[in-house]
Amino acid sequence: MNQYSVWKYLLILIVVTVGIIYALPNFYGEDPALQITSSRGFELPAELSTNIDDALLVEQISFLSSEQQGNRLLYRFNNAEDQILAADVVRNALGDQYVVALNLAHATPDGLRSIGGKPMTLGLDLQGGVHFLMQVDMDTARSQQLDRYVDDIRAVLRENGIRYVSVRHEGNGLLAMLRSAEDRDKTLNLMRTDQSLQGLNITELPAGETFGISATVQERQLLELQQTALKQNITTLRNRVNELGVAEPVIQQQGADRVVVQLPGVQDTVEAKKIIGATATLEYRAVDESNDAFTASQTGRVPPESRLYTDDNGNPILLKKRLIVSGDQLIGASASFDQQTGQPSVSVTLDGVGSKRMLDFTRDNVGNRMAVVYIEQKPNGSKIEDVISVAVVREPFGKRFQTTGLGSIQEASQLSLLLRAGALAAPMEIVEERTVGPSLGADNVAKGFKAVVIGFVLVLVLMAVYYRVFGLVANLALFANLVLLMSLLSMLGATLTMPGIAGIVLTIGMAVDANVLIFERIREEIRNGNTPQASIRAGYEKAFSTIADANITTLIAAFVLFLFGTGPVKGFAVTLSLGIVTSMFTAIMGTRSVINLIYGGKKRVRKLAI
Amino acid sequence: MKFLNRKTNIDFMSRRNMALAFSAVLIVISITSLATRGLNFGLDFTGGTLIEVGYPSAPNTAEVRENLANAGFDSVVQTFGAATDIVVRIPPSEIEESSAELSTRVLAALSEGVEGEIEMRRVEFVGPQVGEELAEQGILAVIYAMVGVFLYVMFRFQWRFSVGAVAALFHDITISMGIISLVQIEFDLTVVAAILAVVGYSLNDTIVLFDRIRENFPRYRKRQPIEVVNTSINETLSRTLMTSTTTLLVLMALFYFGGEIIHGFAFTLIVGVLVGTYSSIYVASSALLMLGVSKYDLMEVEKEGATLDARP
Repeated sequence: MNQYSVWKYLLILIVVTVGIIYALPNFYGEDPALQITSSRGFELPAELSTNIDDALLVEQISFLSSEQQGNRLLYRFNNAEDQILAADVVRNALGDQYVVALNLAHATPDGLRSIGGKPMTLGLDLQGGVHFLMQVDMDTARSQQLDRYVDDIRAVLRENGIRYVSVRHEGNGLLAMLRSAEDRDKTLNLMRTDQSLQGLNITELPAGETFGISATVQERQLLELQQTALKQNITTLRNRVNELGVAEPVIQQQGADRVVVQLPGVQDTVEAKKIIGATATLEYRAVDESNDAFTASQTGRVPPESRLYTDDNGNPILLKKRLIVSGDQLIGASASFDQQTGQPSVSVTLDGVGSKRMLDFTRDNVGNRMAVVYIEQKPNGSKIEDVISVAVVREPFGKRFQTTGLGSIQEASQLSLLLRAGALAAPMEIVEERTVGPSLGADNVAKGFKAVVIGFVLVLVLMAVYYRVFGLVANLALFANLVLLMSLLSMLGATLTMPGIAGIVLTIGMAVDANVLIFERIREEIRNGNTPQASIRAGYEKAFSTIADANITTLIAAFVLFLFGTGPVKGFAVTLSLGIVTSMFTAIMGTRSVINLIYGGKKRVRKLAI
Repeated sequence: MKFLNRKTNIDFMSRRNMALAFSAVLIVISITSLATRGLNFGLDFTGGTLIEVGYPSAPNTAEVRENLANAGFDSVVQTFGAATDIVVRIPPSEIEESSAELSTRVLAALSEGVEGEIEMRRVEFVGPQVGEELAEQGILAVIYAMVGVFLYVMFRFQWRFSVGAVAALFHDITISMGIISLVQIEFDLTVVAAILAVVGYSLNDTIVLFDRIRENFPRYRKRQPIEVVNTSINETLSRTLMTSTTTLLVLMALFYFGGEIIHGFAFTLIVGVLVGTYSSIYVASSALLMLGVSKYDLMEVEKEGATLDARP
C-alpha cells in the first residue's frame, strides 16, 4: 500500500491551484489605455480623476475603468479609436502640467488583480525598446568641483584683503600663488577654517620667488560628489523620461556611478537620446516691484529692465532681467521643517560666488520678493521657463537660506526636487546602449514560444513512449512545473527575456531528470524481484538523495550566475533556479501523489506500466 | 520501451586509459585552438557597436560595406539569419566619439541609395570599459561556481570526489570552449551563460554517478574499487542516456527554432551536454580511481564506532 496522507494531497492541490490562478493573468490580452502623469513627476492631486471623468463625459467617450497606480492614473478604453480621441480631450483638459501617453494596460480581470495577479513583464528584447547604461563623467565632475574651489578661494582671499598672484585649476588639483610667506600662512589658515573651502588636501610648496599652495580634492569629497551627481541625474532623467510618456520606464542606480534607463516600446532612439541628454538649469531673479505685472501683461508694455513671466498660479509676474544666482552656483537643496515655526521649508546652499552675490542682493532688498525660474532646454532648441517659487526676502543671507511659506511638505519636496534638478550636475555619458526594434521583439517572442512548444512536445512524447503510464504522470508533472514556474515569475515581477526562455526550455529538459532517476530506480527494483508496491516506495526513497544532491549543485552554479551576471545572464539564472525548485516539487511530490492514486490503493498490483 | 533491455555489464573502466588519451588529445586541440585561433569575442566583451537592420529586399553586402567605408566606418558586414537582414559591426573607435550618436550616423549611411525604408531591428553599443568588466565577471563566475561545487561535494562526499567533479568540469569547459573557438561561434554573454549551464549539467551527471558509487561501496564490500565503479556506471547508464536525450531534444528545438540570437547559446549547450555526459563516465570516475578511492573513504568514522559498539 502506498498512500499519501490527506494533507499532502491538499498541499499539492493548493499549490497547483494557486499556481494556475497566478499564471492566468498571462493569458488575458491588453486594453488600450491612457496614462496620465505629472510632467514633473509630482504626486497627482486627488481631484484630477474627477476632472478627467467630466471631460470625457462631455465628449461622450466611454471608458472601461480608471485607477491610480502610484504617481500615474490609468484609463482603460474599449478600443483604440476611443483611446486616441480621449487622448486629445484629456490633453486639452489638463494642459502642460500633465503628460498624457498612449499605453497598453494588461487586461487582467479585477478579481485577479485584487489578489496581486499580474502578467510577466516582457524584457526589452521581447517587446522592443531602448536600454541605456549611463555613467557619471567623473573627470568633468572633478574639474567642475575644482573650478568651484578656485572661485571660492579667490572670493575668500578678496574678502580678507589678501592679494594673490594667481589661483588656478591645474591638472587634477589647484594651485594658489601668493606674494609673501605671511600671505601664504594666512591663506593656509583660511583654507583650513573657512566653511566653503573644506574637503581639500592641502600641501605647502617649497618657497621660491612666489609662495605656493597646492591642493587636491579629497577622495571622500569626490565620492560624495559622485553620489550627488548620480541622484541629481536620476531626478532629471525621471522628469525627462516622464515627458516621453513611456509606459513603464526603469530608471535605476547600478553600482556606484551608473544609471540604467530602460524605455520599453520606445522606437525613436535618436529622439530618446536627445531628451535624455537635455539639460535643465534655474535662475534666481528679483521681482520687479516698481511696475504692475497685470498692466504690463494687458498692455503688452513691459519695462525694458524686466521680463514678463507667468507664475505657477497662472498670474503674470515681472522679473528683473539681471540675474542674482544661477543653477551652477547652487550646491544643494533639501526639504525640511523650519526649526522655529515647524512649517515645511526648503533649505538651499550656494557656493562661494553665489553666496556673495546673494548677500549683495538681499542686503539691499529686505522686504522685496525674489523668484526662482526653472529653465528646461528642449531637444529641439526651444526653452521652457517656469516660475517655480516666489518668496519675500526677510533678512540678508548668503551661503545658506530657507524658503518658507510652502503649503505642505509635498510642495517643499517638489520644490527641492526641481532646485536640485536645475543645479549644475556632472554630465553622464552613455556607456552601453541596446535597442531592439518592435519587429525583432515580436520575432523573438514567436520563435521563443515555438522552441518551447516543440521542445516540450518532443519531451512529452518521448516520456510517454518510454515510461508509459509513469511517463504520462511525469508529463502531468511537467505541465504543473511549467504553470508553477510561470506563476512564480509573474508573482515576483520578474522580467521574461530571451535567455529567460532558454532557461525555461533547459528546465524542461532537466526537470524530467528527476523522474527519469525515480523511474529507473523503480525498474531496477522490479528487476531485482521486488513487488510493485515495494518497488515504487524504494524507487522514490532511493532516488531522493541523488536528486537533491544533483539539484543543489546545479543551484550553486545558477546562484553564482545570478550574483555575477548582468541583464541577460541574470534572467537565465532566475528562470533556471526557479525551475529547479519547482521541478523538485512537481517531479517528486506531484508524481508520487498521482502514482499513489493510481496504484497505491490496490492491494495486489501484478505489473506496473513502466 | 527501453534503450537497454537487459542489465548491462559493459566494462567501461578497462578502457579508461584509452579514454583518457582521447580526452588529452581533445584538450590539447582545444588549448591549441584557444591559443592560436582564439575566441571570436562578441560585442559584449570587445566593446563597439552592432547594428542589425532589415532591408526590403536582399542587399549586396559588398555595396553596403562600401557605403559604410565611404562614410568613414571601418566595419564588418554580415547577413544575419535571413538574406534581407544585415548586421554591421563597428569596433570601438580610438577617438572617443560621442558613442551613442554613432548608431544614428551608421543608420543614415545605410539608408543611402536604398529604395524603400530600411528597418532598424537592433542596436547594441557597449563601451570598452563595460566590455572589460563583463569579461572579468564571466571568468569570476566560473571560478566561484567551481569553488562552490568543490566545497559542496567535499561536504556531501569526500575530497576525492570533489577533485573528480572539478576535473570533469575543467575538462568540459575547456573542450566546450575549444570547440567554440574551432568553429568560431561568437562568444558573447549568452554563451557565457551556456557555459555555466554546462557546468550545472555536467555536475548533475557526475553527482548522480557519484551518488551511486557511494551507495555501492558498502553494498559490494568484497569487490575492487574498479568493479564498483563499473557496476555503478552500468546501473546509471539508462538514466544517463535518457536524460541526455531529453535535454538534447529541447536544445535541438532551441537551436532550430529559437532564432539567430539564441544559436550560440544552444550550440554551446549541445556540445556541453555531449561532452558532459562522456566526462562523467570517464573523466570523473577515472579521476576517482587514480586518486585511489576505496570503500574506507566513504565510511564515516562515527558510524563505524557505532556498529562496533552494537556488537556483543
